[in-house]
Amino acid sequence: MNLIISILQRTMVAGTPLLLGTVGEILAERSGILNLGIEGMMALGAIVGFSITYVTKNPVIGVVAGILAGGVLSLIHAFVSITIKGNQTLSGLAIAMIGSGLAGMLGKSYIGVALPSKFSEIAIPGLSNIPFIGPILFNRDPLFYIGIILAVFFWFLLFKTRWGINIRSVGENPKAADALGVNVGLIRYISTFIGGCFAGFAGAYLTLAYMPNWIEGMTGGRGWIVIALTIFAQWNPLRAILGAYIFGGVDVLQYILQPLGIPVPILKMTPYIVTIIILLITAREVIRKHLGAPNALGEPFVKGEK
Amino acid sequence: MHISIEKRGYVSKNFSTAIYISSIFFAVIVSSFIFLFRGVNPFYAFYKIFQGSFGSLYGIKETITKAIPLLLIAEGLIVAFKGKFWNIGANGQLLIGATLSTWVALNFGPTNSTIPTLLLMFLVGFIGGALYGLIPALMKVKLGINEIIITLMFNYIAEDFVEYLVYGPWKGKTQYGFPYTDNFPSSATLAQIPGTRISYVTLIVALISAILIYFFIEKTKYGFEIKVTGENPHAAKYSGINFVKITIIMMLISGGLAGIAGVGEVAGIHKHLTYPSQVSSGYGYTAIIVAWLAQLNPILAIISAFFFGGILVGGDIIQTSLGFPFSTINAFNGFILIFVMVGNFFTEYKIKIRR
Repeated sequence: MNLIISILQRTMVAGTPLLLGTVGEILAERSGILNLGIEGMMALGAIVGFSITYVTKNPVIGVVAGILAGGVLSLIHAFVSITIKGNQTLSGLAIAMIGSGLAGMLGKSYIGVALPSKFSEIAIPGLSNIPFIGPILFNRDPLFYIGIILAVFFWFLLFKTRWGINIRSVGENPKAADALGVNVGLIRYISTFIGGCFAGFAGAYLTLAYMPNWIEGMTGGRGWIVIALTIFAQWNPLRAILGAYIFGGVDVLQYILQPLGIPVPILKMTPYIVTIIILLITAREVIRKHLGAPNALGEPFVKGEK
Repeated sequence: MHISIEKRGYVSKNFSTAIYISSIFFAVIVSSFIFLFRGVNPFYAFYKIFQGSFGSLYGIKETITKAIPLLLIAEGLIVAFKGKFWNIGANGQLLIGATLSTWVALNFGPTNSTIPTLLLMFLVGFIGGALYGLIPALMKVKLGINEIIITLMFNYIAEDFVEYLVYGPWKGKTQYGFPYTDNFPSSATLAQIPGTRISYVTLIVALISAILIYFFIEKTKYGFEIKVTGENPHAAKYSGINFVKITIIMMLISGGLAGIAGVGEVAGIHKHLTYPSQVSSGYGYTAIIVAWLAQLNPILAIISAFFFGGILVGGDIIQTSLGFPFSTINAFNGFILIFVMVGNFFTEYKIKIRR
């Protein structure tokens, strides 16, 4: 029983950065901007969060800095894809390279350095005493709760508010949105920026709550899994909660299977293989239900052009 | 004041060349801040990089050594990108090519002479890379799954697989515990130009691939169909182009050339299979920029592969002499790509400011 609790606890921790990244990517893609740069923005958020916490000894300042780092980097992507109508796939890949490169460079002097303080668990009074569920869900670090709240909040924003209608209309049919007086460029800029902030947040979570040290390449492909999770979630933040924690479980699975003598490199493959399997399954579902990406995803919007 | 963006009609060669050169110039300026930030004089850093990659005979040899896999992969990527298939998985395709040819080298090499061994290695390497590229292609055409994610996942899987082999079942008995396979028998290694790490064969194969890909795209029916599919998939459908067939051909070439690059690395440079990151060196990602900087022109790719070969050598230099991690060079590459895209905007559109 204790083992199951401990596995599920770790699943929650491993799923949180994936959830944060996915909610951000959903927002950007709902506005029509495909941002493939998550991996880079996560890496940058991770090292900026780490280094600022190291200097200030305050993980709250660190996480804010990590969030902003992701946001600022995403503005390059926004500029290329919105203002100069560049190819979003290429731009996203460039952002991934820039972020990982900068993170490697900034992190050089922090390898092997211990973080002075990190986010620790907060037991929610009353709820944390519920057997089984309490220790798993109500005795977590504060960022875990924030992640879930943000996912629900952005689901509400996207599907229940005027703002959400505007964001989705810009992603579905920018021409029509523009004709109705919606500022397509502005909405896309804001959505991309907030999406980038989420990616930076996800990265900062890795260093400030998940494992309090810096290793180059510690994002380990999570940024790409986020892109896949966005598809799995069918661009819905609530479904993203489900997907993120399933993948968190896959992440933890590696450590559970390790004592069974399966070689580590083989275990390291599991998240990627599961991603492919899940995409294969969702592909059928997407075809069956005619659920798809926002219509104008990846398409630059040129005012007045056909 | 009113600012409007208009499509440009004709663009002169000089203008677009000037735009390209200034793109790289701006990328250098932005990257200078990275060096400044770490207290390194950027002039000194770029001098070191240039000196190390293009400014000495040793540097040029190394630059060519790294340009060879870049060119091979970029030629394949050009074919895929022309057809709007986003193959980001060249790194994995390279690794699978390297792995299968390693198997041939270790099992077939000791009892056979050079020519059949090497021919079989290249053949198996091509097929391995091609098939590894084909799976994502089939997933895309049959199920509509995004090829970017799948090819990327395949990169990670191939890396882990190679790691598993070299630390596990394929670990060499004579390698003092290093994660290398046994060294290849001499029948399975490529001769090098004396005093360099350049193998004649891969250099020639890479250059020939550039010419062949040029003819393939410009002069053959399939090349034409790939271009049409890339430019206008709807038109391609109406004109009766078989999308599935075209995608398969495209990815066989693209993955196959990456596989050959992998054979070149293990047979020509390392002479054993080793850590995945050392075998692939991120060539698959850098080659994406090589292809775009060449504007998807197979012949221009020769120049841009040489240029990026130099940048990768520069990456080694800033690592050894300035203490920067190699990944810094990725940031530089990313900036080049961004500025090339900004440059493209100025060749495609003009900005009009009216009062």
